[in-house]
Amino acid sequence: MKFFRHCLILASSILVSTMSFVGVTNADDHKGFKIGVVTFLSGPAAEPFGVPAWNGGKLLIKLLNEGKVPAPYNKKGFGGMEITAIPIDESGGATKQVQEFRNLVQRDKVDAVLGYVSSGDCMAIPAVADELQALTVLYDCGTPRVFEDASYKYVFRTAAHAAMDNIAIAKYLIEKGHDISSIAGINQNYAWGKDSWKDFSVSIKKLSPNSEIKNELFPKIFSGQYGTEISALLNSKAKVVHSSLWGGDLQSFILQAKPRGFFKRTQVVFSAGDQVMPGLGNKYPEGVILGARGQYGMMAPDTPLNNWFYKAYMDEYGVFPAQPPYRMVQGLMGLKMAIEKAMDKNGGKKPNKDEIAEAFTGLEFEAPGGLVQMKLGNGHQAIQPHAIGKTAKDKDGNIIVTDIVRYKASCVNPPNGIKAVDWINAGFPGADC
Amino acid sequence: MIDEFLTIFLDGAIYASWLFIVALGLTFVFGVLKILNIAHGGIYALGAYSTATLVPIFYSLGMPDQLVIVTMLISALAVAIVITPIMERGILRRFYGQDEVLIVLVTYAIYLVLEDVQKIIWGMNSLYVSEPRELLGALEFGSLYYVGYDLALIGLAIFCGLFLWLVLNKTKSGKIVLAVIHNPEISGCMGVNINKVYLAAFFVGAFLAALAGSFTAPLISVQVGISVAVVIESFAVVIIGGLGSIPGAVIGALIIGMARAACVHKLPEAEIFIMYFCMAGMLIFRPKGLFQGAQARKI
Repeated sequence: MKFFRHCLILASSILVSTMSFVGVTNADDHKGFKIGVVTFLSGPAAEPFGVPAWNGGKLLIKLLNEGKVPAPYNKKGFGGMEITAIPIDESGGATKQVQEFRNLVQRDKVDAVLGYVSSGDCMAIPAVADELQALTVLYDCGTPRVFEDASYKYVFRTAAHAAMDNIAIAKYLIEKGHDISSIAGINQNYAWGKDSWKDFSVSIKKLSPNSEIKNELFPKIFSGQYGTEISALLNSKAKVVHSSLWGGDLQSFILQAKPRGFFKRTQVVFSAGDQVMPGLGNKYPEGVILGARGQYGMMAPDTPLNNWFYKAYMDEYGVFPAQPPYRMVQGLMGLKMAIEKAMDKNGGKKPNKDEIAEAFTGLEFEAPGGLVQMKLGNGHQAIQPHAIGKTAKDKDGNIIVTDIVRYKASCVNPPNGIKAVDWINAGFPGADC
Repeated sequence: MIDEFLTIFLDGAIYASWLFIVALGLTFVFGVLKILNIAHGGIYALGAYSTATLVPIFYSLGMPDQLVIVTMLISALAVAIVITPIMERGILRRFYGQDEVLIVLVTYAIYLVLEDVQKIIWGMNSLYVSEPRELLGALEFGSLYYVGYDLALIGLAIFCGLFLWLVLNKTKSGKIVLAVIHNPEISGCMGVNINKVYLAAFFVGAFLAALAGSFTAPLISVQVGISVAVVIESFAVVIIGGLGSIPGAVIGALIIGMARAACVHKLPEAEIFIMYFCMAGMLIFRPKGLFQGAQARKI
């Protein structure tokens, strides 16, 4: 009996040692490229942002692994390495996300992390990323403060920050001759809403100093009920009402405001208004001026790469892609370009994080939404062309975006080293329009 | 000036009506079962989802538009019929008489389960069912348009509150419930079937939660997470009014509704914390709420 027990212990020890050895071998020697993808898969931000973004990401990863993406992305995977993705739910707040990030890097040993819709998460993750020396691509979040208030070695953001949404909308209103003698705003009461309103209202004041601010409303995020706010905005009789509401809040606001004639009585501008269009369809109001922090969805440029992506997404999911999938695809394409650039330099070996970070810095690459240039934040923060349009109904009664004005990236983004709000306050010096 | 006052009053009344319908079920369940039911928000969400599912089916059948209200009532009823035996008979009954904190944790767990049930059944996509809101057209008040449906919510809230009050105070069944609220042990000794009363009371509470969700569905995009704000705000109402008090729920809803509307119109910066301000004030000066009378100390 004793002998049998000893044999059992010995066999178990051998088995455990072997398993550990195999685990280490796999982690170190895998031929592919493993990424953690963090986006909202539950909660109110999932349906408008996280899920469509991950749908776009999944589709692109599949097509990249099959080598079915047009040039310059036609090399399989990332430089021939098969891409493996570990999706992580972004809900739960910044503290949880920092832990999830550590798990991805230290336990799952991912080669890079691509993620983050929430500006709060984007403020929390970069310091940890640099501490762990983990290559991190922020694909969506909008706060300008990530690279304006700090600098990081291993962190990159492949999407433009949110200042250009509001600068471009202010320019659009003036160029199109809209009456901006008075403005009002309804924006969520957190960094995104406050920053958006500040960028917009200061831009308007710079471009039209006599414009009067009538009303500034900051309901709490996910409040869902806007009847009182709609009355207050209508009572203010502002000529233009600005909003950066998104997701379920934007959908609810539209559903509650439309029957009260809100969109006929004032010019409404939605700085991030396209992401609810696929869901709302023809319930989306006419005459709304909207942007999408880039040339995405119905405002995407007519290029072969965009036409390919738009069709691939439509064929896969039966709905057109709005900004979230575009932005995740943009992040993946940027990462691919950086990896392959690093591989060109090191003779085709799998590059390490330092080689990729070096290649990523200042990178320029073509994405479905246009040329992306890593020009701000000392080469870590992207700028890109922007489009603003106005909703209308086509002859079949479907909501479309018309009257589109495209802005060069250098027209609506500050130069490197200048904070967005300082650039607006200074009157957009050096803007190349 | 009169225009603005009227606007604040109407906005406040509409918001208070919605709050009251949600809080009424919560306060009633607490009054009878002594359970602070956090899962109330989950039942509200199920009501919204079931309406968003059934109403499109109703329209596809080509029935008269006015009957959509009946469909909404049926969807709320269906939720209450399904959820009551599972929650009350299946789970909560095992915890009666146990520590209040434990019961709160149990209902919180049920709330989390209900959130996942919504994801499993309806997925992550939003549902829209705004058509019933067009049923009553729009009415002009001062310089503003109000949707008739929103104003009808005031009537629904008054009806729900009055109906429940009348049943409790003017019918034999209601008096039995009041007796159970007063002292379940003595009521049981007098031949009252306590279990049946608890089941019926929970059913009424669940129905009111689902009804609120059902009638809110046309105003919002129905999606996972809509119940979070509801739980917090309805708790604020019952804390202000006093747990278990129907008149308290009326006053609590009116205080929050009117204070919020006044803030949005006159002092927008204060809107975000006005509800908590009212709640904190009540907890400081009347910790048991407006309508909780003095209680004899038990030795």
